[in-house]
Amino acid sequence: MQETELISRIQFAFTIGFHYLFPPMSIGLGLILVIMEGMYLKTGNKIYENLTKFWVKIFALIFAMGVASGIVMEFQFGTNWATYSRFVGDVFGSVLAAEGIFAFFLESGFLAILVFGWNKVSPRVHFISTIVVALGAHLSAVWILIANSWQQTPAGFHIVGEGLSQRAEITDFWAVVFNPSTIERLTHTISGCLLTGAFLVISVSAFYLLKKRHIEHAKIGIKIALIVAAFASITQLITGHSSAVKVSQTQPAKMAAFEGHYETAPGDLYLIGWVNEKEEKTYGIKIPKLLSYLIYWDSNTPVMGLKEFAPEDRPPVNIVFQSYHFMVGIGLLLIGLSWLGVILWARKKIHSTKWYLWIGVFSVLLPHLANQLGWMSAEIGRQPWIVYGLLRTKDALSKVVSFNEVLFSIILFGCIYLLLFILFIFLLDRKIKHGPEEADKIESTYTEHTIPFTKN
Amino acid sequence: MELQITWFILIGVLLTGYAILDGFDLGIGAMHLLVKDDLERRILLNSIGPVWDGNEVWLVTGGGALFAAFPDVYATVFSSFYPAMMLLLLVIIFRAVSIEFRSKRESKRWRRNWDIAFCFSSILIAFVMGVALGNIVQGIPVAADKEANIGFFELLNPYALMVGITTIALFMMHGSIYLVMKTEGDLQNKVRKWVNNCIIFFVICYIMITMWTLIYQQTMIEHFRNHPELFILALLNMLAIANIPREIHHKREFRAFLSSCASIVALFSLFAIGIFPNIVISSIDPAYSLTVFNASSSQKTLSIMLTMAIIGIPFVLAYTIGIYWVFRGKVKIDSMSY
Repeated sequence: MQETELISRIQFAFTIGFHYLFPPMSIGLGLILVIMEGMYLKTGNKIYENLTKFWVKIFALIFAMGVASGIVMEFQFGTNWATYSRFVGDVFGSVLAAEGIFAFFLESGFLAILVFGWNKVSPRVHFISTIVVALGAHLSAVWILIANSWQQTPAGFHIVGEGLSQRAEITDFWAVVFNPSTIERLTHTISGCLLTGAFLVISVSAFYLLKKRHIEHAKIGIKIALIVAAFASITQLITGHSSAVKVSQTQPAKMAAFEGHYETAPGDLYLIGWVNEKEEKTYGIKIPKLLSYLIYWDSNTPVMGLKEFAPEDRPPVNIVFQSYHFMVGIGLLLIGLSWLGVILWARKKIHSTKWYLWIGVFSVLLPHLANQLGWMSAEIGRQPWIVYGLLRTKDALSKVVSFNEVLFSIILFGCIYLLLFILFIFLLDRKIKHGPEEADKIESTYTEHTIPFTKN
Repeated sequence: MELQITWFILIGVLLTGYAILDGFDLGIGAMHLLVKDDLERRILLNSIGPVWDGNEVWLVTGGGALFAAFPDVYATVFSSFYPAMMLLLLVIIFRAVSIEFRSKRESKRWRRNWDIAFCFSSILIAFVMGVALGNIVQGIPVAADKEANIGFFELLNPYALMVGITTIALFMMHGSIYLVMKTEGDLQNKVRKWVNNCIIFFVICYIMITMWTLIYQQTMIEHFRNHPELFILALLNMLAIANIPREIHHKREFRAFLSSCASIVALFSLFAIGIFPNIVISSIDPAYSLTVFNASSSQKTLSIMLTMAIIGIPFVLAYTIGIYWVFRGKVKIDSMSY
């Protein structure tokens, strides 16, 4: 059973890690598309139109990958975590169904108009569709974050039944929706998504500026993306802080693991470090008492240590410590990069500052890395619980699924996702190399009964 | 009406909606390799291009609603069909990416490979879903602890395989009619011939599976024995199917499509009535069967979800119809097309 638990967790982590490459890009890019198309409608400048069309094509590719890898997630609760599904279905299932009704239908319905409807509807209706797609993408984040936050800080339910038939039943829907960590975790995640989308645009625009191609498009792209990034990097810091405070209140074991904090005492903040879980000691460079100060605005208030928890109730410490610290480090780096970019742009130097543009090209990886690391620290930090304090991960598996079956499926997903990832990168690269259409080269391929988008 | 029954019907509506909408996508996918010309293949692909993704959401929402309203059914079925589910996920992924990737490169080999992936994944999605349905009709070994331990090859029994083939036939019939609406000229003439062949294929399957069910699946026909008036549904189904060639002949494709939709609704209703109040029949002991009453969520959850459905579904229907209206008419290939 133990191996089955481990391999099932690895499969879930792998499939969701892969899936989570795409939705943050669609959410962030969704907002940027709204800005680009809005600018087009306002100015009537053709460059904005071509730029929007270019990014819509990339958006469609990313969206398709998100859909393909996302359906796996919804099935997997039932296939691999049947006991969990029985336990939480009454609460968790309804939130997931809400995501379908209130978000997925919107997103995928209006995506049709966003991608294929340029000449079928008026520019205004098209713009509304773009807004609705972006809104739908954000709403799906809202519902899934509610569901996940409920696993972290369950609320609005009671437990009924005994033994096998024990399960959580809803008592207060709004308490489930606004469970103690929803707001902090949602805003923090959305900030991460905006950064992911923005740095994708920064990266591609920087590449064009360096190669001296599509310069007009790239200048506009990098400007819009830098503004979004500058904004989101700050909200990321603020929501990151409030998330950490919330974790210290609601999941003290996770907070202690974040900083490798064993003894209940004023907490130190490590800049870098290593946790020896056997000796229950943390080594590294630290700022004494800063953790307590950040949580309580008082450097002498004690922070609960891991030793307060029985060993079987503690999460793995070092991996949580490392992923948390690297996430924070990248977050700070992104603030620096975003604001440096804004300053360079304000001084009109950004287009010629080669070293910054080169950093920009590769910076696209940073938000992705931070997203994955942040998710790792949140989810591994919740262990050994699948629903915090209520159901242990080891008790949540499907009883009828064997180790070999999961081994088979994990190999299957491993092969397919590797293939898809290679193809995705290959096609993305081609699209980027092709770039937006230049304004004077546009040819209309449409018949007369359609309304050309550019008329109004 | 009791909330459990309401949700049994609503999930039925969602899955029927899925079968009607994604059904033609899958049917068209299944016939994709029948045309050889690249432009014609692109027309087939783009006939579903703007809508297939929204159609799939009906499945996602149906799955979510099943999870929420009948968690035990969701957990038992999904875990006991594990290898089949993984296969289904595999082909769903391949269908999605083959639509997206196919026309992104000019290379003939690239396109041919994705065409094959698109066609076979569409056929397999329909087939695996049919096989799953076939097993649900027959019952699976649900034990006292609500778990069913069933091997992969036990799922592939003759009856279930036949339901799988019938599902492919149904979707091909449905998809071919949709294609007639979306095509013109030579291609349309070609597709018209497919419609007739598909109808014949489906009717043969339908008769076989009906006889098989009447003879061997006694639990499915109990309600019909007690309420003979329900046979009207089976009759309506036959009339709807018979109406299709007539409408096609008179070039009223949309009406033919509506007939095909009606026949899908009738088929799902027959299935739902047959199985009610069970959702998963236990082949070990009928007392272990998962029913709408013993496998449901709490009344509170069911009523919250009903509120969501009442708020959400009218909007979904309204803009879905709006989007189909925007993309009405014959397929035109442009620079944004697949």
